[in-house]
Amino acid sequence: MRYHPHTPEDERRALETIGVGSIRELFDDLPAELRDPEVDLPPGMDEAALLDHVRRLAARNETRGPDFLGGGVRRHFIPSVTPHLALQSEFVTAYTPYQPEVSQGILQATFEYQTMMCELTGLDVSNASMYDGASAAAEAALLAVRHTRRERVIVSRGVHPETREVIATYLRPLGVRLDVAELSPLTTAEPNLGDDVAGVIVQQPNFLGYLEDMRRLTDAAHAAGALMVAVVDPLSLALLAPPGQYGADVAVGDGQTLGNPASFGGPAFGFMVVREELLRQFPGRIVGETTDVDGRRAFVLTLQAREQHIRRSKAKSNICTNHQLTALMATVNVGALGPEGLREVALGSVERAHALAARLEAAGYAPLTGARFFAEFVLPVALPAEELRSALARRGVHAGVPVPAEYGLGDAVVLAATERVSDDDMEALVAALDEVGAQRRPAVARG
Amino acid sequence: MSTPESLRYAATHEWARKDDDGTVVVGITDFAQDQLGDVVFVELPEVGRKVVKGDTLAVIESVKTASDIYAPVSGEVVAVNDALDAKPETINESPYEDGWLFAIAPSNEAEYDELLDAQGYAATLDEG
Amino acid sequence: MADFPLIYERSRPGRRGAQPPRPREFDVAAALGEENLRTEAPRLPEVSELDLVRHFTQLAHRQFSIDANFYPLGSCTMKYNPKVNEEAARLFQDLHPYQAPETAQGALQLMYELQADLCAITGMDAFSLQPAAGAHGELAGVLMIRAYHESRGEGEQRRVVLVPDSAHGTNPATAAMAGYEVREVPTDATGEVDLAAFQAAIGPDVAAVMLTNPNTLGLFERRILELARVAHEAGALLYYDGANLNAILGRVRPGDMGFDVVHLNLHKTFTTPHGGGGPGTGPVGVKAHLAEFLPVPVIAKRGEEYLADVDRPRSIGRLRSHFGNFGNLVRAYTYIRALGREGLRQVSGYAVLNANYLRVRLKELGFRVPFDRVNMHEFVAQPPEGLKTLDVAKALLDHGMHPMTVYFPLTVKEAMMIEPTETESLETLDAYVEALRQVLERAAADPDYLKGAPYETPVRRLDEVKAARQPVLRYRFPEPADGA
Repeated sequence: MRYHPHTPEDERRALETIGVGSIRELFDDLPAELRDPEVDLPPGMDEAALLDHVRRLAARNETRGPDFLGGGVRRHFIPSVTPHLALQSEFVTAYTPYQPEVSQGILQATFEYQTMMCELTGLDVSNASMYDGASAAAEAALLAVRHTRRERVIVSRGVHPETREVIATYLRPLGVRLDVAELSPLTTAEPNLGDDVAGVIVQQPNFLGYLEDMRRLTDAAHAAGALMVAVVDPLSLALLAPPGQYGADVAVGDGQTLGNPASFGGPAFGFMVVREELLRQFPGRIVGETTDVDGRRAFVLTLQAREQHIRRSKAKSNICTNHQLTALMATVNVGALGPEGLREVALGSVERAHALAARLEAAGYAPLTGARFFAEFVLPVALPAEELRSALARRGVHAGVPVPAEYGLGDAVVLAATERVSDDDMEALVAALDEVGAQRRPAVARG
Repeated sequence: MSTPESLRYAATHEWARKDDDGTVVVGITDFAQDQLGDVVFVELPEVGRKVVKGDTLAVIESVKTASDIYAPVSGEVVAVNDALDAKPETINESPYEDGWLFAIAPSNEAEYDELLDAQGYAATLDEG
Repeated sequence: MADFPLIYERSRPGRRGAQPPRPREFDVAAALGEENLRTEAPRLPEVSELDLVRHFTQLAHRQFSIDANFYPLGSCTMKYNPKVNEEAARLFQDLHPYQAPETAQGALQLMYELQADLCAITGMDAFSLQPAAGAHGELAGVLMIRAYHESRGEGEQRRVVLVPDSAHGTNPATAAMAGYEVREVPTDATGEVDLAAFQAAIGPDVAAVMLTNPNTLGLFERRILELARVAHEAGALLYYDGANLNAILGRVRPGDMGFDVVHLNLHKTFTTPHGGGGPGTGPVGVKAHLAEFLPVPVIAKRGEEYLADVDRPRSIGRLRSHFGNFGNLVRAYTYIRALGREGLRQVSGYAVLNANYLRVRLKELGFRVPFDRVNMHEFVAQPPEGLKTLDVAKALLDHGMHPMTVYFPLTVKEAMMIEPTETESLETLDAYVEALRQVLERAAADPDYLKGAPYETPVRRLDEVKAARQPVLRYRFPEPADGA
């Protein structure tokens, strides 16, 4: 395959204009001993062969079957109109809107995205999106450190383990200490606050699926002079109290559940929304409204003096791109569903998850329902989680996000339900669990 | 470009004026505001902050750039020009008067005398 | 003429579009707790599906894109995004990152092979596909360099990163995020790193030197082997910013030039779409002595099985969730396999041919070219004396073409950086030159004309000062009427 248009005549004409005899000559500056290396790649393919090759790879994956996978990524209903609109070629093949006169499409869509995120989170200013929820949380930790000039951050164990790992990666080089507030056993207990804490980071719903007392934790953080960073599932905000309602300072999270396919974990996008007074410390691109010389309303990238291309080593972050296209997908999707549709997706997921927990109890299982949960919950099981997940997969059921040992719950999995789960799906899961002997026997042997 | 005789200057384009009570008031020169273009935001230090000559005390942002502003003398920040919050363009309109940035109670009297005078500063502009 | 409406302005109470599966009867307050529910509904747009379609279709028409317009942005490599890549990505889009790995072997195999392909192309020994963007890859790279020095007891001693004064802003920003102090090295009169200044700046306190080759002026750093030798002798590591890889694909490899760490921009060299600003992808590659520090997970193969290797005790850690921007990894993989060894080599050949062709023609037109010698895939120019780059750029918009990169690199006054890429025909390049000729002619006849450009675009020049002084960063909903 080739995508360059040049014919031998084109090549000849160009070389003549430049005044060299061959393309090879244009590379004379390269060190002679390193030129034209062996590159170990297979030869190119025509399009038909290429697609056959990729289809063979795709055939080695399996996605069909009842789906109970969660852990922050869920396969909700996405109407056809969403990708149809978001993936128009003008949006897909556009560059960053540095020339606003010819980029009003992207800029206005971003302004609408920013508005949507402020409404969902109840906070004042959103940026134009970031890479993912985990790195957004890490950037929020850095923001808290910059704003308070303190050097310790507390993160709840209820925050997704991968998110906590990413926060640690970002804080380590700057010497900021990261402490973990424990769960007892399913929600955050007392964080170890002090006047050296820059920020407290709590996830709602937490990784295990349970609802935290965000008001109590926010008040405690503020009493210690720390910022409250809420890591939230944006879809849940159709029903749950948003960060603005309980007084949090920063809301971050992953936008996948708002309308991007799971895509094996990426790309989706991260979001960050803050209270007004944190605006100047805020990383990432931001779109603002203004007027043109004729008085027309127009949109433009603004407050760029915070960013890397101007501030360089003193920028708020090194972040350069945003996740424009996937954020656009979410904006279109929320427009396609409308507030009622979004609420129905959230409500449907909560109802199905609670129905699943009840169905499992009826079948003799003991899902942890001692704390309120949203659309995911923990099921203790009788075999190691990864083994269980594989066994279920062999029976055509996708379920069993492992609960890591750090939670002290023994062998356990997180089960999720979306609005798409049917009663038959639930029966299939129960049957598969029974078949593999997943039910934990009681500790005392029956007499 | 105006360079008032009565003021002192740093090569980094700050001006300084010693008031009767000994406080040193600081701003940026006409040349600097012209280079920056329309000022959109000013980040000022906290009153009470202790500074060493050469510390970055403020940041002035225009649409396309951001400039660090350095303390020309050591001491303590005793006042900042809060009016710039609402009207940052004052720096462009009146760089030597209403557009002042902050005032320092100096800890080392000799440092003020070491600053450039108007001719000395004007000479750096010619070289630049 | 009314303003183009926001979706909120098209919204009408009670309108709706798609219908998801209807939820069953359920007491949500009892299940979640009344105290956990939101008290005020979010103000989201209520539109019919047709109104949604009209809105976003019309918005798309207010947007330049590679598919419709020539976009010779220096350092961005705005080449054609093949549509077969989209079809390939769709085949994988429903995979869940936490599904049993046995059910995702195709996806894992693709990533494993892509890791190997990128090693072959760059001459490095190992890759991580995790970073979500070039700047993210840079952060990974600099953190690995830090880990390397710490492992050898030299972490405290080496606090400085050297960066050329022509470097892209992400380089110093990344170094600062990783806890380093940045020291700039000047460019000399030939447009390359000043060797004497470099030798003076290097020392036992330097952890790394961040370079790109060709550099941001589009010139190949001819003394790269010498620079590498000097850096390594001082115990510093060499970092390659892969933004300009399009110039050298198949011709020379960063690994062979002496670089220890490399990041690539899949959204530049490897055609994954820019998407109006992202998502990009910035995989990071290393030589063997740094492999243990790679971010987790790295995709490994044991026997016939592909898996995510997270058991890497000396890794710098995780930089993001899951595996990376997987959808883009599929696109890049498909592109590399479509072109193969020979095809990739042709990419650099025609990219460099097109750039030099444009340089010569622009010079004929009266543009100044500060480094007037054979350049690589891009070059820097300045408008004729008396004209401002900004005005020339705005005037080009009226000709249906996106301007070049403006005011970068910072080391050249009134800089214009131009990168046509290999996917453009000579006719397109000629049309660009003709458009510029008309702009210059217009400017000579009517000097004020350029200052008012553009005239034909959906909106004209914007008041960016107002946007920064009085930020309006979201829609201001009308206040409810009194008594509401």
